[in-house]
Amino acid sequence: MRSTGLTQLGGRIGESTPRPDGTLKVTGEFAYASDLWHEDMLWGCTLRSPYAHARIRSIDIAPALAMAGVHTVLTHADLPAATRYGLEIQDTPVLADGVVRHHGEPVALVAADHPETARRAAARIVVEYQQLPVVTDESSATAEDAPVLHPDRTDPHAAHVPHPNIVHRQPVIRGDVAAARQRAHVIVSGDYEVGMQDQAFLGPESGLAVPAEDGGVDLYIATQWLHADLRQIAPVLGLPENKVRMTLSGVGGAFGGREDLSMQAHACLLALRTGKPVKMVYNRFESFFGHVHRHPARLHYEHGADRDGRLLFVKARIVLDGGAYASSSPAVVGNAASLGIGPYEVPHVDMEALALYTNNPPCGAMRGFGAVQACFAYEAQMDKLAAELGLGPVEFRRRNAMSQGSVMPTGQLVDSPAPVAELLRRVKALPLPPPRQWETAGGAPDVRALPGGLSNTTHGEGVVRGVGYAVGIKNVGFSEGFDDYSTARVRMEVIGGEPVVTVHTAMAEVGQGGVTVHAQIARTELGVEQVTIHPADTRVGSAGSTSASRQTYVTGGAVKHACEAVREQVLALGRARFGTFHPAWGQAELLLENGKVVTDGGEVLAPIAEVLGGEAVESEREWRHRPTQPFDPHTGQGFGHVQYSFAAHRAVVEVDTELGLVKVIELACAQDVGKALNPLSVTGQIQGGTTQGLGLAVMEEIVVDPATARVRNPSFTDYLIPTILDTPAIPVDVLELADEHAPYGLRGVGEAPTLSSTPAVVAAIRQATGLALNRVPVRPEHLTGT
Amino acid sequence: MDFLRPAGWAEALAAKAEHPTAVPIAGGTDVMVEINFDHRRPDRLLDLNRIGELYTWETDGPEVRLGAAVPYTRIMHELRSELPGLALAAHTVGSPQIRNRGSVGGNLGAASPAGDCHPALLAAGATVEAESVRGTRLIPVEEFYTGVKRNALAPDELIRAIRIQRATGPQQFAKVGTRNAMVIAVCAFAMALHPGERTVRTGIGSAAPTPVRARTAEDFLTAELRDGGYWESGRPLEPSLAAEFGRLAAGACNPIDDVRGSAAYRRHAVGVLARRTLAWVWAEHTTGEENHRCA
Repeated sequence: MRSTGLTQLGGRIGESTPRPDGTLKVTGEFAYASDLWHEDMLWGCTLRSPYAHARIRSIDIAPALAMAGVHTVLTHADLPAATRYGLEIQDTPVLADGVVRHHGEPVALVAADHPETARRAAARIVVEYQQLPVVTDESSATAEDAPVLHPDRTDPHAAHVPHPNIVHRQPVIRGDVAAARQRAHVIVSGDYEVGMQDQAFLGPESGLAVPAEDGGVDLYIATQWLHADLRQIAPVLGLPENKVRMTLSGVGGAFGGREDLSMQAHACLLALRTGKPVKMVYNRFESFFGHVHRHPARLHYEHGADRDGRLLFVKARIVLDGGAYASSSPAVVGNAASLGIGPYEVPHVDMEALALYTNNPPCGAMRGFGAVQACFAYEAQMDKLAAELGLGPVEFRRRNAMSQGSVMPTGQLVDSPAPVAELLRRVKALPLPPPRQWETAGGAPDVRALPGGLSNTTHGEGVVRGVGYAVGIKNVGFSEGFDDYSTARVRMEVIGGEPVVTVHTAMAEVGQGGVTVHAQIARTELGVEQVTIHPADTRVGSAGSTSASRQTYVTGGAVKHACEAVREQVLALGRARFGTFHPAWGQAELLLENGKVVTDGGEVLAPIAEVLGGEAVESEREWRHRPTQPFDPHTGQGFGHVQYSFAAHRAVVEVDTELGLVKVIELACAQDVGKALNPLSVTGQIQGGTTQGLGLAVMEEIVVDPATARVRNPSFTDYLIPTILDTPAIPVDVLELADEHAPYGLRGVGEAPTLSSTPAVVAAIRQATGLALNRVPVRPEHLTGT
Repeated sequence: MDFLRPAGWAEALAAKAEHPTAVPIAGGTDVMVEINFDHRRPDRLLDLNRIGELYTWETDGPEVRLGAAVPYTRIMHELRSELPGLALAAHTVGSPQIRNRGSVGGNLGAASPAGDCHPALLAAGATVEAESVRGTRLIPVEEFYTGVKRNALAPDELIRAIRIQRATGPQQFAKVGTRNAMVIAVCAFAMALHPGERTVRTGIGSAAPTPVRARTAEDFLTAELRDGGYWESGRPLEPSLAAEFGRLAAGACNPIDDVRGSAAYRRHAVGVLARRTLAWVWAEHTTGEENHRCA
């Protein structure tokens, strides 16, 4: 049941190093959390609300309990301790408390000896609902008679929001927009809309809770942040944190969707109630209700520029739909507000971002986190302005691109490389893919190169090519004064005559390749070949979240820091043992290389194995990036972000203008990563993020019925994600301009490519069709006026 | 749930007669999804995987007698020249894994208006060979679809084979989905020229409660080709003729708005597909060059 540590041989930092889980995943041998199994285990099942907003009149669990094989049924009334949880605001009921606020909200839990029995028992629970009017958008949320979804709020944002159905509002004010508007040569404005994207990770929510003899519980779980789960689960169980022991199980992707709890507390509650191990696995349908999604957004932008094509002002308003519970909405608002004008120098800014409480599905973290929605809108605006000014899209962006030394609208100085213009220049300089690639020597078209692909909808008729550009800005790490740290424990000992290093962190490996990078760091810092990555669990301190492009930076930083401490201990041991034999022990700068202690001149002083002898050296270190500050609640001013990351895309599309079908032919990306610790992984992250952005551009959307707030397409039949035939060639150009504040000069990679991909694709479709296209995903109906 | 596993066809028919509610299963690409998602829980499954003749076909006569469980992959690769329209449709079904398991019999049994085979069968001309212990019944495919996910099979009948006219002229199939592979049809259109009879036939998918032929469009085109002497001359079609054909095909639709697409879009797209597939089959007919290439 417990996974063993991964022992890796391979590269040092900067060398492309294959992932230990790669082959296993491709061949289907990787053990995911859904593969967990325990003797005598029960299966948990969740009964969910069919309505988006309803009062619960009564719940009758007797018919479920009467079924053979059912061990327990839990409702809100059975909760032993805290009844609500949440990442930032504890507003989410563990089980619905008299009212449900979104379609799919958990109402009751069943544990039974077979998953089918559990499912049938859940279906027998009789819940009497009284439906309530639904709040679905800004106007219904802030109407005078709007139902207040969370009365009696006590969270930190409650005092400053203009309406109780607004989770958080963040203005960012710089300069004097009114005065700048008077001087503007051209002004363009637009309203934009972003649909609700899902993380669509491959491995549905799953885990196994095993009750322990000490009254505690062991939870094996696929998650993004073990310690944040722990902080929320323990109070729900009424247990001290040391009695809730969590071990990371195989994670099938996350993209933000595992930052909030799903079945963690539920499985533990069932296990503690029944005294038996309980496994819970969502199926794909339930998974769409089991995690938060990307905030849908409505955005209004007004941009003004002078005669020379310099931006004078941006006035913008971003309304994010947070759904029924807060999740990470406040931080998403902070990001949207502070990054919402893009990677440009703008002297006068009047920005407002807010998130609503509605009865729509809860929204929270997803790759790009508030910066994605804004990027779609501001890049559309940049193209509009460029057209008004008669400038090319890249030239206009170049004139306004920020660079190191620029000042953000928040007043923050950009104090490390920001090669925005260079990234655009690079993607533009790439040769364009040849036209009409579907034409073959034989005369018959190769439909795979056409919109519609093998569905055979065109042989070239109606097909028009378009090219579009976009660039974006994303923060790295947790912002706004959050104490964002990671912990690493590094141990060095001699096994079989060889020095071996074990790296133990609580970092959730969700597919980002962190375990590979940790081993690379240990090899680099400690001069060993063999590195074992200990399974991630809560027996070591927090590694923070695997999100915000932060793990290589922060947990990588902690591993590096702990390795340095281990190295000092090894050298201290060496000095004590051998210092009298060679003066270099006391005088020279000493390193660990190739299993030996060497001087910086390369002279070998002793093998590490001899220095250690039978002793093991271990060090546990917490590591923090430099501190940030909260944004001023009225002006948005503050040193809010740790680091910025930038990517630029050029999209080349073929559009069937008659049928409204799109084939993205190429999506070139240039990104500055500071230092590519594992170049192979960096390319993979950029290609993955780019593809996820393509999905938002042309197909991915959770469709919510505006009348009922019910989800209409919770399956992979109708929630479409790109297949390999939708995924274009993605040439990647990686810049490595070091950020002196970061370990090895690195810059977080994972999110930036998700931002600019979407607007680049839509810009290309606009060029091909001449349509305004103010909403993503772009549907065939939008392109054909049907 | 009982799992019946007849070793032969006669045994299968007997089992179906004894248990008319038993759901036949071959590839399982549709039935298993319904079971896994609890959309239906039949009392019994009738497994057809041991019945070898369902996986064979005969091409001796003017019709191809296609065993009900022949997987799409084999149709794509081995019946391309006899059944070009169906082969193209098979190519658009699901993923390679699904095409290795799914079959025309399953598509007919499910009778979803979005089933990919139906337009191609309608255009080619086909009859469904339904069999029970009472005997064999040949059901013209036009009469097979009786409603959304309903078909003309009697409770004791199983689909033995599909008899599809061997192509004597060009056939095309085109399907609109919102991604470039592995997608359920928003709408689909199939087109077949029958030069021997000097007729054309069509099939529309996902744009009405059942798969349908665009009969007004067929009649219009058949008459125009005849009266305009096109069959004799082989001259290019007038753009106005193709446009009218597309307009009439769109008119044959009776679509709905749903999460996959709007009714207006479906109608529009069927018109475009009709116009384009007509151009492709006519070009192939007059030049002899097949107008499609795929892997």
